[in-house]
Amino acid sequence: MGRHPNIEVLTYTEVDSVEGEAGDFKVTLIKKPRYIIESKCTGCTTCVEYCPVKYPDQYNQEISDNKAVHVYFAQAIPLITYIDESCLYLKEKKCRICEAVCKNNAIDFNQKLEKVEVNVGAIILSSGLEPFDPKVKEEYRYGQFVNVVTSMDYERLLCATGPYQGEILRASDMKHPHKVAWLQCVGSRRVTPGENSYCSAVCCTYTQKQVILTKEHDAEAECTVFHNDIRSYGKDFERFYERAENLPGVRFFRSYVSIVKENPETQSVTIRYSTPDEGVKEEEFDMVVLSVGLNPPADVQGLANKFGIELNAHGFCKAIPSNPMETTRPGIFVSGAFQGPTDIPESVFTASAAGSQCGELLDYRRGELSKERIYPPERDVSQEEPRIGVFVCHCGANIGRIVGVPSTVEYALTLPNVVYAQEQLFSCATNSAQQISDLTKEKGLNRVVIAACSPRTLEPLFRDTLREAGINQYYLDMANIREHCSWVHAKEKEEATQKAKDIIRMSVARVCRLKPLQEFDLPVNKTALVVGGGIAGMTCALSIAKQGHEVYLVEKDADLGGTARRIHSTLDGMDVQAYLRDLVRKIYQHPLIHVYTDATIPEATGYVGNFVTKVKSDRGVTEIKHGAAVIAIGADEYKPTEYLYGKDDRVMTNLELEEQIAQGEERVMNAQSLVMIQCVGCRNEDRNYCARICCSNSVKNALKLKEINPRMDITILFRDMRTYGFSEDYYREASNKDVKFIRYEPQDKPQVEAVEEEGRRILRVTVTDYILGKKLAIDADLLSLAAAVIPSAGNKEMSLLFKVSLGPDDWFKEAHVKLRPVEFGTDGVYLCGIAHYPKHIPEAINQAYGAAGRVLTLLSHDTVTASGSVCEVDEDKCISCGACITVCTYGAIEFYDTPQGRKATVNPVLCKGDGLCNSVCPTAAISLKHFADEELLSQIDAAVGDF
Amino acid sequence: MCTGRVDLSFVLRAFSKGADGVFIIGCRLNECNYITHGNFHALSMVHLCKKLMEHIGLNPARLMIEFMSGGEGILFAEVMDDIGKKVNELGPLGKAEGIDEKALRAKLEAVTQLVPYIRLVERERLRIPFKSEDEFDTFFTSDEFNRLFNELIVDKLAISQIMLLLRERPLSTVKISEILGLTPSEVSRHMNSSSRQGLVRYDESRKCFALA
Repeated sequence: MGRHPNIEVLTYTEVDSVEGEAGDFKVTLIKKPRYIIESKCTGCTTCVEYCPVKYPDQYNQEISDNKAVHVYFAQAIPLITYIDESCLYLKEKKCRICEAVCKNNAIDFNQKLEKVEVNVGAIILSSGLEPFDPKVKEEYRYGQFVNVVTSMDYERLLCATGPYQGEILRASDMKHPHKVAWLQCVGSRRVTPGENSYCSAVCCTYTQKQVILTKEHDAEAECTVFHNDIRSYGKDFERFYERAENLPGVRFFRSYVSIVKENPETQSVTIRYSTPDEGVKEEEFDMVVLSVGLNPPADVQGLANKFGIELNAHGFCKAIPSNPMETTRPGIFVSGAFQGPTDIPESVFTASAAGSQCGELLDYRRGELSKERIYPPERDVSQEEPRIGVFVCHCGANIGRIVGVPSTVEYALTLPNVVYAQEQLFSCATNSAQQISDLTKEKGLNRVVIAACSPRTLEPLFRDTLREAGINQYYLDMANIREHCSWVHAKEKEEATQKAKDIIRMSVARVCRLKPLQEFDLPVNKTALVVGGGIAGMTCALSIAKQGHEVYLVEKDADLGGTARRIHSTLDGMDVQAYLRDLVRKIYQHPLIHVYTDATIPEATGYVGNFVTKVKSDRGVTEIKHGAAVIAIGADEYKPTEYLYGKDDRVMTNLELEEQIAQGEERVMNAQSLVMIQCVGCRNEDRNYCARICCSNSVKNALKLKEINPRMDITILFRDMRTYGFSEDYYREASNKDVKFIRYEPQDKPQVEAVEEEGRRILRVTVTDYILGKKLAIDADLLSLAAAVIPSAGNKEMSLLFKVSLGPDDWFKEAHVKLRPVEFGTDGVYLCGIAHYPKHIPEAINQAYGAAGRVLTLLSHDTVTASGSVCEVDEDKCISCGACITVCTYGAIEFYDTPQGRKATVNPVLCKGDGLCNSVCPTAAISLKHFADEELLSQIDAAVGDF
Repeated sequence: MCTGRVDLSFVLRAFSKGADGVFIIGCRLNECNYITHGNFHALSMVHLCKKLMEHIGLNPARLMIEFMSGGEGILFAEVMDDIGKKVNELGPLGKAEGIDEKALRAKLEAVTQLVPYIRLVERERLRIPFKSEDEFDTFFTSDEFNRLFNELIVDKLAISQIMLLLRERPLSTVKISEILGLTPSEVSRHMNSSSRQGLVRYDESRKCFALA
């Protein structure tokens, strides 16, 4: 982002005021003085070394110290220093040592607060959140007992760039804690003053992560989590929870706790909790972690006033369920945790979604201000001897404190063809990248090895650096001496240094053999195809169409609407049917949207920017050419085989109950007693996931019924109530309205039988009540099952058609769970709605706009660039055996006729570079560029050495 | 680049250069990030390579494959520690098996020469559609596989080794059988078929076979 030509980053800056209206805002910014001239600072941190003032490090939760002049954190953009108010000169007009030691004269104490005015068309508020401060409640003993820390403190302790370089140490004695306890719901799910009534939604899972990481730090550690419901409702979270729970020495206790006392000698902390078998117990822990919840951003009211937006009762941005990105002021959008407690994937949906809505607003002047990067012409070095430059990165202390970086630099200089080598603090910092490209030019380098981290994240940046230097970007190799070396050999410094040298030697060997490769631009067809006409598909289609692109919307049913046709309201009171009617009307009215209902897709071919898909409907077979495809085919409802479902008509699913409530079905209205059973068809061996929405849906139905018939007895049998986020309030409301909640264990499921007693036909539900410690029999007129949301039967077919993958539970698998949650690994294909994973309507809308945002990123360009690392065929060697064609799952290779006979040829756009064809070709005629035999063999030779 | 790109020739190259062990790590089976499931190709290659190693007298335990995800740091560390220990126990390549260095090189060279042929055979006769580790184990330890291996590869490998020997100097049938540990009748059979194909000729004066 820091390098994007169309993004200007203003750090250390606050918004002062916002005037104007959507399309034309005047925003006044206050740029605080950082006392550093940004263009001159190289981030060398010499000033930090010499600064005499120690000041609690804000980034590291004030656990360790930083200096008055410092870089805020290791990956900061820009990676340069600033001076804070603890500076001696700023306070008392003395010192100025930093000025004296800065070789670039980058320090400027004359900087003043600066007002900057910018003119923008739209605003996105991504102001984030503030962790709950447990100091507001004395009972948490935070700040009083030194070994009681918050989860944010602990997060920093776990981190390699944390206060103790990734060592978990107790502040009291600088020793590793052996017994650690986590207390859940600190500041959340509590109506006591100063705390929040909502569920913070992320704490259960981050605690599990911290437990797993703690066990990775110290396999012998004993970890105990005291919790209420475990809310692992996100995609793959159930498995993650099981993984944490099943680690040796890890205990999960369902109990409220109190922090009782501190051991005066050891400063260890005693906790009192209750167990079902042994009653109240006390236990001492070396460290206690408070799993703090999420609060609205600091001074949220001031923020709201500045931007002229309204807040909800909890102090987060007031949002409407049908468009959670909209604020109450047109032209101002919201994304991320300011919407309410959210985790990373959701924040990414909403970020992209807010982007798409800005696009809708400003599309008419798209591209007018955009700038493009211009690179110097590429120097042809293919005839030159290799002249390699090696840059070894310290990664702050990540690499440098384990690997002897200077000695690897010396070693690199002894390797063949290496003409230059040096160390760098952070090779990825803007100034370091600049240095690499400058030195490449100055020293006449024609190949570069960066010994730093995994190529996964930063290879694009360094390739760009080579382009800046006028060298083909494929003349780069990254030697991963962080993930593959320093991070895993923290205790063996000497061996780690030797290994780093070995890795560098391998990279140097490979880089000699690398070939310059050309990426090429493909035209992009500006049309989109959206598969699935539910709420997600329609929302996505509409947002794309509103930005000037034609959309083909394909629905398998006769009508648009999907699962939402069976849903009548949401927990927060949205009238789903009215919303749906309005959405369908907008779809049909939009001139750029073409709807195909009762349609199937017999064939889909092509690739990013250039797909051809056949759609079969009552209009016959239509061939659609499109540049992007969105998969939004929804999901199915599990048809239960348990609890007499299908055998007794008084047993129904949650969705069926909802429909019957909406229709005013008499037997539902007049029922005296109704039981709901949660987790039917999921959180089991067959479907090891939580269907996420059922708990809230049961609460919704229960509240609806209580409204209609307050005397109805309603009992909900649950495993963990997962009414995360603001839904927690409705759970509480249901409980207050006398809806009974009884927890059951998966190994002791409720039993249901149909009996007749005194002439009344009833369903008898037997369940063990763990609080009362005995079996209860509930006589119900009706039974509603929270039947799981299950992957659509069409997923497999769709995954084959569009060459996208499914995860272990058959949900569509996004390119990256956290960072790329609305796109597939296959370029040009996107994902939204419950085809991705069960979710509530507002969440599906978030993701639908998010997918639209990603689609626009593709369609708004005229061309798309294809990788240079694809396969190619040496026709002289090809014997047209077809081995490569059989093994290619992407259909990227085909035969074509040449004067020398039939030969294989690769469509470079379809080739994904897996290279399977290489290892089956009997004549080595096909070769994966950038991973060719000689390149890899040279690495093997360099790794093993000679006999 | 997928695990399936890890080629038989890469593994042979590492052993030829004196590596005492080769370890391949792939994504978990049936959890391919793409749609290729190339790790099964790697698994198949490993089985075949182990068989070849066994055939030329190398301990097949020197070649290992495991499947794990990027999130399984602890498992990875455990497996690597195990492997380090195991490779140390196996001892130096060749010496531990009692093969001298020169013979070892020649054997590996012979297998390497055969790689194009093995690829053809693998595709035609040894490719299996299975989708689990167990099914691979069963197939590659079955009599059926043994039969195919003997029928398709063993003779070719012997001939490949003979050709490499003859490249250095002409040799008699007896001498060849001594060096390669084959019976003289087997060697005669190979020499007959090779001379029919015009690959070798018999030098009457020296009572030796030489390359044609």
